[in-house]
Amino acid sequence: MNTVALAAIPTAAPAAANTGVNGVALTVLIVLFLVVTGLGFWATRWRRADSMESLDEWGLGGRRFGTWVTWFLLGGDLYTAYTFVAVPAAMFATGAVAGFFAVPYTIILYPIIFIFMSRLWSVSHRHGYVTPADFVKGRYNSKSLSLAVSVTGILATMPYIALQLVGIQAVLEVAGVGGSQNIIAKDAPLFIAFALLAAYTYSSGLRAPAVIAFVKDTLIYLVIIVAIIYLPGKIAGGWDAIFGAAEAKMAKPSLADPSKPTGAFIPGAAQHWAYATLALGSALALFMYPHSITATLSSQNRNTIRRNASILPAYSFVLGLLALLGWVAIAAGTKPIGLDGKPNAQLVIPQLFEDMFPSWFAGVAFAAVAIGALVPAAIMSIAAANTFTRNIYRDLIKPNASHAEEAKVSKLVSLLVKAFALVFVLTLDKQNAINFQLLGGIWILQTLPSIVFSLYTRWFHRRALLVGWVVGMIYGTLAAYNVASPATKHFGGSLANMPVIGKLGYIAMSAFVINVLVAVVITVILNALKVSNGRDDTIKGDYFADAGDPRVEKHRDMDDQLTAGPAT
Amino acid sequence: MSNDREVDHDTVPPANKGLLAAAGVLLAIPIIALMWVSSYAKVEPKLGGWPFFIWYQFLWVFLCSAMTYTAYRLVLKARPHRPMHREADRDGDEVAR
Repeated sequence: MNTVALAAIPTAAPAAANTGVNGVALTVLIVLFLVVTGLGFWATRWRRADSMESLDEWGLGGRRFGTWVTWFLLGGDLYTAYTFVAVPAAMFATGAVAGFFAVPYTIILYPIIFIFMSRLWSVSHRHGYVTPADFVKGRYNSKSLSLAVSVTGILATMPYIALQLVGIQAVLEVAGVGGSQNIIAKDAPLFIAFALLAAYTYSSGLRAPAVIAFVKDTLIYLVIIVAIIYLPGKIAGGWDAIFGAAEAKMAKPSLADPSKPTGAFIPGAAQHWAYATLALGSALALFMYPHSITATLSSQNRNTIRRNASILPAYSFVLGLLALLGWVAIAAGTKPIGLDGKPNAQLVIPQLFEDMFPSWFAGVAFAAVAIGALVPAAIMSIAAANTFTRNIYRDLIKPNASHAEEAKVSKLVSLLVKAFALVFVLTLDKQNAINFQLLGGIWILQTLPSIVFSLYTRWFHRRALLVGWVVGMIYGTLAAYNVASPATKHFGGSLANMPVIGKLGYIAMSAFVINVLVAVVITVILNALKVSNGRDDTIKGDYFADAGDPRVEKHRDMDDQLTAGPAT
Repeated sequence: MSNDREVDHDTVPPANKGLLAAAGVLLAIPIIALMWVSSYAKVEPKLGGWPFFIWYQFLWVFLCSAMTYTAYRLVLKARPHRPMHREADRDGDEVAR
């Protein structure tokens, strides 16, 4: 069966690779991109508010998004272009452990957030919190803990934004753009795309990605469903041949280390822990990222996120199908070779589309990925900017900043964040962005105890949470640093031997368990010594509040005066 | 807590514990099922050429969605919303909107 599958390689496919600019596909891509840009600017007027001069309006879209807008927004936010490029690439290169874990990950994600996100929504609604660090500060009046949460959030988000650019680059590269040796001509398309994105995010805030998400998600669903129906029919032997080819490739000795197989067709007994901890750790971590929380807090009531927990899995289904396209590409003999002539697994999905689809539809598929990068990049930059404004600028630099000032700072920071991401991708090796994103996932999970545990209890001591965070961050960083792979000496992957259990597991989970243990031990000590755990601004009822319940405004007089103050 | 007319909002709103527990079980099942990798890391039985490992996890997308939706209905029933009023705020002052 396996040899049959290998014989089934369509002969025409590899010849088409990277022969130059694909005119039709590129035109479709540009047209769709321009449509989206227009929508981005138009978004300022969508559900127009009296004033955009506050973080509630600019940064959270007025906190008025209903079930379906939230569905599109969260779907557009969580299932990023990078995911769409990297998951099938991992399936293609090393198989199920590195790639298909995304499916259980995005399934168990929803019961997990069902449990606690409503509480975070309610308390944020009552107290006007915009970021998770706002909540932590309100819960313990601890600037250091809130700073730890916000800095972790920003650090973890920045490389993630940079990776969205890698998604766009992959598409442009396959479309034949960016081949010039001249650095300006090479990167000009990416530069223009990001400049436009920065401009409409600046003016429309969270409304821009919310509107664009409709286009993005529609295109993604269209492309994946067409691909999954159309492509297996073009491969002799259909699904049997596809799975056969994947099994054969994964069983072959690895090129880098012939003593090991290339990858896993189905996780072997030694990899079960890795598969499970990757799924669980990623699911726990995802809603600690500022951009996930921003999209959740922008919903109109407490139960929007819970309703969404039962309809968001539609995206998980599509992600699973997309992961399988990585194996379709194996059977199709896709050769992902970059413009520099080197093999690059990241290009496998765009290359598969270019090889197998008519040009115009390849263009639609490219647009789906490129636009798919814009939505998360916009939300991430808004979330990072909000975090900076609330938890660094307001808490540490200018405590009595008005709403209008906050919005202004946030808008400027959103530009800076994107500029930084662009510089990051253009000047550094892409591997750096990937390393940092890997680290970001490990780091962000270390904020979970401070955020999620605190939604339920104040038993944990604020200092214990802080020390637990420090220990988790250090352990996770060192463990990731020490992972070698054939390609890199350090940061070679996210799996390492877990302490005590002794099997390979996701580093973030090991660090998380250590973090919690440290926090528990120190809490017991500090509580026994009766060390103060700070003032709590919240009351129990706050965690069950819903739309219509009044907001607690701490500095009401000042806020009113300052909001109305500067004529805009 | 003092009397019927004045609700103490520094309490957890009352809930039907049984329904909440049922919702909790529904939410826990998919997590446990998918964490138990050895129960599904195998090729057979295949379904239309798809290995068990693949189609079983796709099946859980639908099962989990159904369970989460059921849990949502249960939770809504278990704990009706207890409205908060301005007077209930700790500092007790009117909030201008």
